[in-house]
Amino acid sequence: MTSVTVKICVGTTCFVMSSSELELLPEQLPAELVDRVKIEVSHCLGYCKDRNYGRAPFVEIDGEPIEQVTLPKLIEEIQKRLADK
Amino acid sequence: MIYNNNATRHNKEILIRLCELFFASRLEDQIDRLPLELRPKDGQATRCCVYRDRAIIKYRCMADLGFSVEDEQDELTPLSEYARRAMNRQPGQHNGKLLTVVDEACAGCIHSQYYVTNACQGCLARPCMMNCPKKAIEMQNGQAVIDPDTCVNCGKCMQVCPYHAIVYIPIPCEEACPVGAIVRSDNGKQVIDEDKCIHCGKCMQACPFAAILENRQIVDVLGVLTGEQKSVAMIAPALAGQFKVDFKQIVGSMYALGFDAVIEVATGAEQTAREEAREFEERMREGHEWMASSCCPAWTETARKHLPDLLPAISTTPTPMHYAAEQAKKALPDSVRVFVSPCLAKRGEALADPTVDFVVTFEEIGAMLVARGIDVADCTPAEPIAPASAVGRKFPSTGGVSEAIRGFLAKPDAIHADQINGLDRKTIKKLKAFTRIRGETNFLEVMSCEGGCLGGPCTICHPPVALRQLHELTDKD
Repeated sequence: MTSVTVKICVGTTCFVMSSSELELLPEQLPAELVDRVKIEVSHCLGYCKDRNYGRAPFVEIDGEPIEQVTLPKLIEEIQKRLADK
Repeated sequence: MIYNNNATRHNKEILIRLCELFFASRLEDQIDRLPLELRPKDGQATRCCVYRDRAIIKYRCMADLGFSVEDEQDELTPLSEYARRAMNRQPGQHNGKLLTVVDEACAGCIHSQYYVTNACQGCLARPCMMNCPKKAIEMQNGQAVIDPDTCVNCGKCMQVCPYHAIVYIPIPCEEACPVGAIVRSDNGKQVIDEDKCIHCGKCMQACPFAAILENRQIVDVLGVLTGEQKSVAMIAPALAGQFKVDFKQIVGSMYALGFDAVIEVATGAEQTAREEAREFEERMREGHEWMASSCCPAWTETARKHLPDLLPAISTTPTPMHYAAEQAKKALPDSVRVFVSPCLAKRGEALADPTVDFVVTFEEIGAMLVARGIDVADCTPAEPIAPASAVGRKFPSTGGVSEAIRGFLAKPDAIHADQINGLDRKTIKKLKAFTRIRGETNFLEVMSCEGGCLGGPCTICHPPVALRQLHELTDKD
């Protein structure tokens, strides 16, 4: 079964911009996806230093940054990627 | 949810930019450009146009600089002038108000709380029209329509509609206010009634337009941090759960920001618990029926303004913040004492307590860290002046106060504790009747925020996550 790796940035900028909520991902993920998502928490990934990447908080899915993440947006992005695989 | 929406992010971004300007010593000469930079001419507007957005951002900056939007004398006064005044403000010159309403932003909210939905059949009976005391309803294209300017929100139309086609839309701030302190003025904008307000901050969290803002002291604190005088950060116990790092690094980040010493208010909490336990024993000996906690200022303000009958039951023991400030005064006599707070109500408490000079919130500390480019995870671990124990560190979570007091009692079984976990209309009703319904409860812990101070309106971390992080620390103790 294909899976994705989600890396949640908990650096200070992302945390101040509310990334803490994203740590609830394991509990909020739809049951059928739980085994297909590998969740990691990371110190500052550095995207906040470059405005070209957009605005914090950031999450990486399979190495690709996503900006202004909220929990619903993150779940949607995960579903989209898993559907494409 | 409340912790994570565009409105809160927008406010934080403005605050970070303001701090960046301050640290670059460009606040006065660049702040007038800030609204333009945040809403460039060819960029997207949130409201009707970028010009309106900019006007509202200007008011947000005004509040961030510590001024009440209501006090604006001349619309032409530029932000640079407010910045200049803020930077020259002496301790004690803050206007003493805690909240301010940006009426420009407030105007976007609903005007009539009753709304006729598509379910309206345009019936022959038309009881809505017949029963409206203000003749505010007319028929348009076969359906009833309420004129918001005439409607007085009595709700009769909703009660009489046979199709349940009329709905009630609450005004979020009014609904969130536990004490009815927000009223609509004649011009249709919300006004905070200071005689009723308990400074819990719930309206601020609830407003989808972020029209209710705190009157900050951040510029004053930034001035202290970059100035000559020594400063002490008195960190509220709830700060421990706010970042995903070791607690000692959080302490280290305070030094990195420029504070000269750090005191854990959890040590003050231990003192409060010890004294409150003694007071409890004394009161029980004297035949009192029950006692309530005193550490949450939004709660004590509620009692003062709305439940005066309960005042005699509230402990007279000083709060953890006060004890910590006394400690700070002893350790560094000529220092500026800054309380690092999860909430707004503490600023109100500090304004009335001469031992505390300023209150800076977690959110503001976060903005300063981001503006300075400090990552807490990179900070050198450091110790506070006197490290606290788990007893005091658990104060900011529900039940923490009761547990601490029990620990200090000669006979721990003598206390039958109960908690009011968050003030709202329902719990205030319960408090009103408490003397009657208390049963065998003889100690009541009251916290204005659900989950305790970790759920404070000015925190950074999602409360359940913060609680997890706090437990990681206290389990180690």
